[in-house]
Amino acid sequence: MTLLQSLSVGAPEVVLAAGICVLLLVGAFRGDRALEGLSWASVLLLALAAVPLFDQAPGRLAAWNGLYVADAFSRHLKLLVFLGSAAAILVAVPYLRRLATARFEYPLLVLLATLGMAIMVSAQNLLSLYVGLELMSLSAYVLAAFHRDESRSSEAGLKYFALGALASGLMLYGASLVYGFAGSTSFADIAKAFVAGEVRNLGALFGLVFLLAALAFKVSAVPFHMWTPDVYEGAPTPVVAFFATAPKVAAMGLMLRLLYEAFGGMKADWQQIVLVMSIASMLLGSVAAIAQTSMKRLLAYSAIANIGFALIGLAAGTAAGVEAVLLYLLVYLVMTLGAFVALLMLVDADGRQLEDLADLAGLARTRPGIASALAIFMFSLAGIPPMFGFMPKLAVFSAAVEAGLWPLAVLGVLASVVAAYYYLRVVKIMFIDPPAGVVVLPGEQGVNPAVVGAAAAFSSPLGYLLLGPLAAWGAEAARALA
Amino acid sequence: MIGIGHYLGVSAILFTLGVLGIALNRRNIIVILMSIELMLLAVNINFVAFSVFLEDMVGQIFAMFVLTVAAAEAAIGLAILVTYFRNRGTIAVDDARQMRG
Repeated sequence: MTLLQSLSVGAPEVVLAAGICVLLLVGAFRGDRALEGLSWASVLLLALAAVPLFDQAPGRLAAWNGLYVADAFSRHLKLLVFLGSAAAILVAVPYLRRLATARFEYPLLVLLATLGMAIMVSAQNLLSLYVGLELMSLSAYVLAAFHRDESRSSEAGLKYFALGALASGLMLYGASLVYGFAGSTSFADIAKAFVAGEVRNLGALFGLVFLLAALAFKVSAVPFHMWTPDVYEGAPTPVVAFFATAPKVAAMGLMLRLLYEAFGGMKADWQQIVLVMSIASMLLGSVAAIAQTSMKRLLAYSAIANIGFALIGLAAGTAAGVEAVLLYLLVYLVMTLGAFVALLMLVDADGRQLEDLADLAGLARTRPGIASALAIFMFSLAGIPPMFGFMPKLAVFSAAVEAGLWPLAVLGVLASVVAAYYYLRVVKIMFIDPPAGVVVLPGEQGVNPAVVGAAAAFSSPLGYLLLGPLAAWGAEAARALA
Repeated sequence: MIGIGHYLGVSAILFTLGVLGIALNRRNIIVILMSIELMLLAVNINFVAFSVFLEDMVGQIFAMFVLTVAAAEAAIGLAILVTYFRNRGTIAVDDARQMRG
């Protein structure tokens, strides 16, 4: 395999990496006033990097001596990740301007994290997995502390860094054990070494558990969720909108690929672990969110619960389950992004970002547009039937039932009912309570209203119009994996 | 004769010390950074020991990557720590409690 072939198979990452270097130079020379131009250039770069995804021959293309693969699964996830990152870059511009933190590094850090995520979902080796994951995480630590003059933001960055570094340490330890017991770091060789039916390989099991713990940290599944509420509360809101979407999708995709392609023979072992994580995440996410007074913390627990639901599909261990997870990730990405961007648009007369639930009181009377959009997102996140958010929940539950895991589906439905309480409470506060104060819209909104509108339309029953193509697309990606 | 088991044992002990250093440390965030470094170096012992045992170079290359990334990680950790100290005037672990949780 020549270098040229590898470059063409890995074109999305190559384009992205080269473009980031150019944009970094532009930023270094032009300084912070280049922020807006750089943001649009970054979105253009993401679009450019997405072109090869449509252009590549179907099927599995390996590159870089088997470290990297381009298949329908990686193309599907990359498109989602690029979409989430592009939105996270654009919605941040008015916010950064308003708070006078308009530093040009923001779009570049998001792009670097995106490059890491693209490598993650294409990883075919523990080495590329590690490098991709670290590129994403290191950029994310800096992003969390991006508002460097605010003590809450730097505390969020510090907590995220300390716990994230612990997780990557665990991952590496797992990787070293897997390497030692399988004799290779390539997913295909690991799958050959750990086949089903043999005497259980304790070293492999230890390695698997360590790797799963680290990935659970990245997707914020219980019991590795502790960082989520604190980081979501302290980090700047556009950064949280990013954290809650693209990295979750990429980490979940990596988890699917690692478990199916490298540890397919140990399915019985990892299914139990995923099962427990799924149940614990759903229950904790749903129950702990009830007592929250901050909207960002509430959405953090909502993220934990939603990852629990998505893990149901993985626990099912079937092709239908993988398909359901992919649909779940797609719809969850849009709903959460919309909810955070709507929150981002709420500012009081002093220019303070409104983040508490109490601040939302009577929003329907002062800002009916944002209130209705938020209500759509809340109904959709709760999975209440006419909304599109119901569809992925139905898909994961039916995948669990088909796999014979009906108690898991029952627990999932119960958790959704509990979760519906706090989602509906947000709607009640906005529509029934008397107005709490003045909500002003900052003069410059950028693309934010358009993003919220599009996300709301997608989360509303209109989303079902897209269900056919989306399901077919997801099925193709799932076939590439399982 | 020192075999693979001895290396793995040392590495496991160092790794556990690193994890405990993060979990039990109540005083200083610098100690957390040191513990992270200890964990990563313990992993490197594992990789190199397996690499020699398996007569396979991949483990040593992996160890090189780990060293590089660990350097980047420490740089970023210290940078975040500096901004935190500027805002707070302290780097005690127990003071990092502005947010509940």
